[in-house]
Amino acid sequence: MSRKKDITGGFFIGVTAFSAFVIIAVIIILLVVIIKGGKDTFSWEFLTAFPEDGMMKGGIFPAIYGTALLVLIMSIAAVPFGTITAIYLTEYAHEKSVLAQTIRFAVRTLATVPSIIFGLFGLGFFIKFVGGGVDDFFLGGELKWGQPNILWASLTMALLTLPVVIVSVEEAIRTVPRELREASLALGATKWETIKRIVIPGSRSGIMTGTILAVSRGAGEVAPILFTGAAYYLATLPTSMSDQFMNLGYHIYILATQSANVDQTLPIQFATTMVLLLLTFTLNLAAVIIRSRLRRKAK
Amino acid sequence: MKEIKIKTRDLTLYYGPKMALNSISIEIPEKEVTAFIGPSGCGKSTFLRTLNRMNDLIPNVRITGEVLVDSLNIYDKQIDVVNLRKKVGMVFQKSNPFAKSIFENVAYGPRINGINNKTKLEEIVETSLKKAFIWEEVKDRLNDSAMALSGGQQQRMCIARTLAVEPEIILMDEPASALDPISTAKIEELIFELKKNYTIVIVTHNMQQAARVSDLTAFFYLGELIEFGKTKKIFTTPDKKHTEEYITGRFG
Repeated sequence: MSRKKDITGGFFIGVTAFSAFVIIAVIIILLVVIIKGGKDTFSWEFLTAFPEDGMMKGGIFPAIYGTALLVLIMSIAAVPFGTITAIYLTEYAHEKSVLAQTIRFAVRTLATVPSIIFGLFGLGFFIKFVGGGVDDFFLGGELKWGQPNILWASLTMALLTLPVVIVSVEEAIRTVPRELREASLALGATKWETIKRIVIPGSRSGIMTGTILAVSRGAGEVAPILFTGAAYYLATLPTSMSDQFMNLGYHIYILATQSANVDQTLPIQFATTMVLLLLTFTLNLAAVIIRSRLRRKAK
Repeated sequence: MKEIKIKTRDLTLYYGPKMALNSISIEIPEKEVTAFIGPSGCGKSTFLRTLNRMNDLIPNVRITGEVLVDSLNIYDKQIDVVNLRKKVGMVFQKSNPFAKSIFENVAYGPRINGINNKTKLEEIVETSLKKAFIWEEVKDRLNDSAMALSGGQQQRMCIARTLAVEPEIILMDEPASALDPISTAKIEELIFELKKNYTIVIVTHNMQQAARVSDLTAFFYLGELIEFGKTKKIFTTPDKKHTEEYITGRFG
């Protein structure tokens, strides 16, 4: 009997350990394959040069630049908006009010919407409706804003990453102790003064975590920018909000499916993937560190 | 007899359906120390917090009756609660410094009131810290974080922070319950000094403390004000049997 138990016990330990091992193995294989394939191409020049020869040679600088610009504009839109929403939800809305419940439901739903839907929404809303409207009303029908560009792509991406910001900031606001709010109010501060001087400064690391997670998500997503602003190839960097841009994730897709000779671009694909992975890993790691510090502080 | 600073009339408070204070009527004189005593959950802290409307922050609280501060009903619709709290300051059980420098902690209230002149702020910070008997200990490190102070120093700094707003009344909710005996003695000494200029209401669990620092004592039990009078009388010849039992330690 006890022998049988030992065997079953051992069997389950084996199964669980194996499952855990598979996950680690996947990550290791992924990294090894990518680094092995990309390390010879990866160089300083690769990071700083434009693509050449129909993207078969050269670097990926415009894609890095475009990705950075995309996440920058996205953050400028998503972080303040998400922070304000989080402040409303935690400080002003009654926990059980219909409005607060509705907002929370919307945030949760937003987080589960497939990213391609955001792309379609961006195309329909930002480009056709807003952009097209601006062109019709202010530019007499000249086509300027009613086409894909970096602004619409960034705003579309901002919608996708908004839930990440809201949830992180909310969590941080909740860690600001009630005693500090009371101290501020008891000194004759209004609620808004208390939020501005005590709650927001106390939530800085949460706002930071939210921003980093949003940036890391935004840097990796491709679907939302497919129809809203990413370009196949551009000879110049974007200089205006109405310009299109190149993007790391999209660049990988292009190289892998659309280039003249897919096999020949393989090393570039690997190296580009390496850059993208490195970027998102670093950002996520930073977010994890800041967040764990925040949680320790909350205890 | 000194003038009445705070007066409540039939003050009743409900947390949801539960009655926490039952028809409290009391008259608190100015520039004296009034202590609220009673076992945990008797409503003394809740009552204290009705005096500067800190209970407003808690959902589902319903209040009936009146609280008059300088003969004005503070639950009147026309009362500006922000101004009320400037006049009726509060020191909490757990010292709660902001994550700012000592200087900025004390300057917080004045800054909110629109004082931004540096010399003026320095002056207010210095006098407030002096009044709270902590100036000598911190004058060389005003720009250090307030979190680095000891518990007792933090609490005196919080008192200085309250004084910086120039209140007339200071409510203290067990201000020394988390402190060691030496820090406690300092706080008590401070209370003794402050009552020359301020009306002080203090909630305390410590019977000896109430006897030492207060002029008047109110005994609360199960949301009711059982007895209120001169501290000396309450501690020697209380009228109610309940009060006597609590003070002599037979329950509580």
